[in-house]
Amino acid sequence: MENNENLQFETVIRPKNRWFDLKIGELLKYRDLVIMFVRRNYSTLYKQTILGPAWIIITEIVTTVIYTVIFGNIADIGTDGVPTFLFYLAGNTVWAFFSKCFINTSNTFTSNAGIFGKVYFPRLVMPISVVITQLIAFFIQFVMFIGFLVYYVQKGSVRPDYASLPLFFALLIIMGVMSLGFGIITSSLTTKYRDLTVLLTFGITVWMYITPIVYPMSLVPDRWRIVFLLNPMSSVVEAFRSIFLGVGEINAAYLCYSAGVALFAFLLGAVLFNKVEKTFMDTV
Amino acid sequence: MSDVIIRIDDVYKQYRLGSIGGRTFQEDVKSLTAKLLHREDPNQKVGKEGGAVKRNERFYALSGISFDIYRGDTLGVIGQNGAGKSTLLKLLSRVTAPTSGTISYNGRISSMLEVGTGFHPELTGRENVYLNGAILGMSKSEIDRKFDEIVEFAELSQFIDTPVKRYSSGMYVKLAFSVSAHLDADILVMDEVLAVGDVRFQQKCLQKMGAVATDEGKTVLYVSHNMATIRQLCNRCVVLEKGKLKYDGDVSGGIEAYLSSQDTTQRVYNDFSNVKRRYLKYGGRAMLKSLELIGKYNNYFVNDEKLSFYLNCENHEDTEELHIHFIIKTMDDIPVATFLSPDVFSAKKGQETRFKVTLDISEIVSGNYKMDIVLVKANPVCNFIHYDTVNPALCFTKELSLGTTYTITWKTQDRGYVQGKGIEIEKV
Repeated sequence: MENNENLQFETVIRPKNRWFDLKIGELLKYRDLVIMFVRRNYSTLYKQTILGPAWIIITEIVTTVIYTVIFGNIADIGTDGVPTFLFYLAGNTVWAFFSKCFINTSNTFTSNAGIFGKVYFPRLVMPISVVITQLIAFFIQFVMFIGFLVYYVQKGSVRPDYASLPLFFALLIIMGVMSLGFGIITSSLTTKYRDLTVLLTFGITVWMYITPIVYPMSLVPDRWRIVFLLNPMSSVVEAFRSIFLGVGEINAAYLCYSAGVALFAFLLGAVLFNKVEKTFMDTV
Repeated sequence: MSDVIIRIDDVYKQYRLGSIGGRTFQEDVKSLTAKLLHREDPNQKVGKEGGAVKRNERFYALSGISFDIYRGDTLGVIGQNGAGKSTLLKLLSRVTAPTSGTISYNGRISSMLEVGTGFHPELTGRENVYLNGAILGMSKSEIDRKFDEIVEFAELSQFIDTPVKRYSSGMYVKLAFSVSAHLDADILVMDEVLAVGDVRFQQKCLQKMGAVATDEGKTVLYVSHNMATIRQLCNRCVVLEKGKLKYDGDVSGGIEAYLSSQDTTQRVYNDFSNVKRRYLKYGGRAMLKSLELIGKYNNYFVNDEKLSFYLNCENHEDTEELHIHFIIKTMDDIPVATFLSPDVFSAKKGQETRFKVTLDISEIVSGNYKMDIVLVKANPVCNFIHYDTVNPALCFTKELSLGTTYTITWKTQDRGYVQGKGIEIEKV
C-alpha cells in the first residue's frame, strides 16, 4: 500500500466542502438532469387537468382582474395614467416569477429529502431547475402580457420605452439570481430551523406590499421612498414598467444596488448551501 | 500490482443519539446570547458536565475504517445489522459526508442502493427511465443508446408509455431495477435486497449482477447477508463489526470471521415444549423434548460438515418399536430429503431417552432449510402411527460450493436441492 501513496484520485470525499465551491464542472455534467427535472416539473404540474398549461395564463388573468377591481376600482389607487389592467398585469407578471422562484427553491432540501437521501447528484441542480421551470412559465405569461400591451399601444394609451428594451434581460437575470439566492439561503436554513417555512409564506406577501406592485412608486411619500428603495425588488419592478409601459423611472444606481443584493444573496446562498448539502441528510 | 480504485482512509461517521437537529431558532438565539454574555447555556444538555442523563450521546456508526479497493475487485461487505454496512454505502454514494477521514476514488460510482429513486407516478415509463437515468448520472445520449435494452430487460415494452402509477408494484420495481442495472459506471455499489420481483426475475437480477462483476470487469461492492451469493460473486470480503473493520481478505475467511462474530456464548439449543404440535394423533405417549447441536455455535453448515445433535425424548406411557424420521425441507415446505432411523427403540413410562444423531447433509445444495422431526411407531398393518411431530425442529443454512470446475449458479428450480455425490465417470 505504501508504494502508491502518491496516487491521484479524481474524486475525494471529504468531511466538509471547501468554503466556497460552486462545482460548475459537475453541474455542467449533470445538465441533462436539469433538463429532465424541468420537463418533469412542467409536465407533472398539469397532468390530468383539462386546461393544462393554460392554467398559467388563467391564474395570472384572474389575479390581475382581482387587483384591478380591488386596488384600481374600489381603492382607486392611481396608476400614473396607464390602463389599470395593464398596470397590474405588468406588476403581477414580474412578481409571480420572483415569488414562485423564491418559494419553490426555498424547500429544496426538505421536499427532496427522499431523493437526496438515496442518490448523489449536485444538489444545486434542484433549485436551478426550479428557476428554469419558472422562467418558462414567466415567458408564457410574458407573451400574454405582450399581447395585451400591443392592444393598448394600438389604442394609443401606452407608449413603451423601446430604447431601454435590452435592459429587460438584465432585469430577468437580476430577478432570477436574486430569487435563487434567497431561495437557497432559506432552504439551507430550513434544514435546521423549520420556523422559516412558516415565516416565508406570509413574509412573501408582506414583501409584495412593500414592492410597488399594486401601486406606482410615484405614489410613495418622499420620506418613505428610501425604505421602499432599500427593497431590491422595487427598482426592478419600476424599471420593468418603465420599459414596457413608459411610466416610472429607471434609476441606474438603484438597479446596480439590486444587482449587488442579488449577487450577494446568491454568493451567501452558495456558501450556506455548500455547507449544508454534505450532511443535511443526518439532520433533516 | 493492480491499481487502487477506491481508497477509504480512516473514515469515521458520527451520529448524535436523541434529538438530532431539533433545535428551534429561538433556542439557538438563546444559546448564542448566553455565550456572548459568558453565561451558562440554557439549552445545554443536563449531564454534559454533571452526572445526569446524557441525551445527546454520540454514536459512531463507523470508527476508523481504512482499506483499499482495487480495480476489478468484487468485494463482498458483510456484517450484522448495525455493523455500519449501510453507513459505508451511504458515504460511498455521497448521500452524506464522513465526520472525519476521506474516501477517494476514480471514475463513476453508481449505487444501486435504492431502486426507483425519483420515479414520478404521473410520468410514463419512458419518461421515468430518462429521469431516473439522469438522476443516476447518465447523459441523455447514453440513455438513448440503452433504452431498448433497459425496456427489454424489464419486460415492459407494451406498457412503456403508460404512467407508472398504473403499474403494478412488481412492474414498477422491474423497470427501476432495469435502469439501475444498465448504468455505465466503473464502480457499482449493490445491495442484495435489490433482487426484486418474482422468483424468475430475481434470478435474472442476480445473474445480471454477476455478469456485471465477472464479464464486464467492473469493480463491485456487494452487500449481502446471503453467504452463498457472496461466495459465488466475490473474490474478496470485508467484515464489519460495530463500525470497525474486523476482517479483510479472502471470502472463506471472511465468512468464517463473520459467523464467529455472531453470538458465541450460546449453544444452539431448541426446546420443543412450546412448539405447537399439529399432527398429534396419539398425543403424548412419547414426546420429543429438545435438540442441541454438538460442537456448534451457529446453524451454518459448509460443504461436508455433518449435522450432529443430541435429541431428547420423553415417554409418558410405555412405547415400543418407535422410529424417528428427520425430514429436511426448504423454507417454503418443499421436502428435500428424509433420514429414517434404522433401528427401533422402546422406552418405559417416565423415562427420558437421549440420542446422539449425525446426519450427512453434504449433498444438499446451498440454501436455507428446516428440519422436521417425526416420532412414529412402525405398524405392520398400516403405515405409521405418528406419536409426535415437531415442525420445525431446527432451521439451518447450508452452503455447498460446487467445486472449482463449476462457476454456474445452482438454480434449484432446474436442478433440485441435492447434488448427487456418488458419481464415477471415466472413459472406457
